[in-house]
Amino acid sequence: MIAITGHLSYWVTIFLMVAGLYLLMVSTNLLKKLVGLAILQSSVYLLYVAPGKLIGGTAPIVADGFTVYSSPLPHVLILTAIVVGVATLALGLALVVRIREAFGGIEEDEILAQVD
Amino acid sequence: MEQLIIHVLLAAMCVVVVAIAAQRNQFGVVVLFSIYSFLMATVMVALDAVDVAMTEAAVGAGVSTVLLLGALYLTGDTESKPTKRPLAPIAISIAVGCMLAYGMQGLPTFSDPHAPIHSHVAARYLELGPKETGVPNVVTAVLASYRAYDTLGETVVVFTAGVGVIALLGRAAGRLN
Amino acid sequence: MKSNIILRVIAKLLMPFMLIFALYVQFHGDFGPGGGFQAGIIVAGAIVFYGIIFGLSEMQRLMPERVVEIMMALGVLLYALVGLGGVALGGNYLDYFVLHAEPVHGQLRGIFWVEAGVGITVAGVMIKQFYMFAGRSREAEES
Repeated sequence: MIAITGHLSYWVTIFLMVAGLYLLMVSTNLLKKLVGLAILQSSVYLLYVAPGKLIGGTAPIVADGFTVYSSPLPHVLILTAIVVGVATLALGLALVVRIREAFGGIEEDEILAQVD
Repeated sequence: MEQLIIHVLLAAMCVVVVAIAAQRNQFGVVVLFSIYSFLMATVMVALDAVDVAMTEAAVGAGVSTVLLLGALYLTGDTESKPTKRPLAPIAISIAVGCMLAYGMQGLPTFSDPHAPIHSHVAARYLELGPKETGVPNVVTAVLASYRAYDTLGETVVVFTAGVGVIALLGRAAGRLN
Repeated sequence: MKSNIILRVIAKLLMPFMLIFALYVQFHGDFGPGGGFQAGIIVAGAIVFYGIIFGLSEMQRLMPERVVEIMMALGVLLYALVGLGGVALGGNYLDYFVLHAEPVHGQLRGIFWVEAGVGITVAGVMIKQFYMFAGRSREAEES
């Protein structure tokens, strides 16, 4: 049987990634599409940070009395990724606002019917 | 005990995502997304990533929620339409999920000290970081000193997002005051 | 919302604590979790909180839009200038250990100014985005 408890964080990552992708594909509402994209991005944060954790270790801030630290490298990458993610979300929301002003609604089928 | 907390929080996150998919009221979707970001920040604390947790709480549950509420007010939509016969998206999602599950078998197990993530450069940063930079927080040392170029690029990305929003929404069109 | 006395009093009580906490997170990013990004967002959160309770015109008096736009660019410029300072003093771009006689002191100085630049840019961008979204009326026509 495929490992379950040792790999639980990966299973949850896969579920969140697939759920975000499904939300992105199936929503006709543009705002919900953006929320699905944000969920897809945050599942990647979990994918990177979970393998760096050591049970019995502590946060990577060097202090007396601790010898085992969790790995600091994925934290650095994910800090950048979070900030880039919010930048993408802000630009996407600005686009949604402009689409609403140009077409009068944010449902995808209404917009496509107007364009044709 | 630590693992139990992590498992419970991860299960709660899955439940919230299912609720987001089933929710049709837009305001409910935004509030559930804020709850999801808070849960993600708590999971990050349980995984010893304290810097990431603070950033995720501030950004995901703070700024993202404010921007989503602002966009929700401007678009004025409250109900999204029900989805009909989503066969192709379900098939694609399941296919992607199976491929990811197959690829996941080769990843190291949770909390494995011999995983590649703890060797090579990470051990060097943990040992020599505070001595070379004088900063005990290794994440800040790596972010601001060892990998300062990447942080410069990230700051430029944030600036570009601000400029992009100004360019899209305009400085004088339709202002309230 | 400024007609409600409870909200007004609580907002005025909370704002200095939020701003002090933002400064604490910025400067203690060396010793605990924190740093430029988190501090910038907490500052933006405090100013947006003031704007939500007291209205956009009061928020404009506190932080005029020109100041916010200048903040956006100033942080990136500060970061790039720290790098050029390394070049001017004889090292490579973004070298910190030439910034002072002792290398470790130079590192601390470099990290301080770089994080300050990041914090200023992030705060400016988030406040400006709130201005853009909240200051737009619902039936705006494009020019």
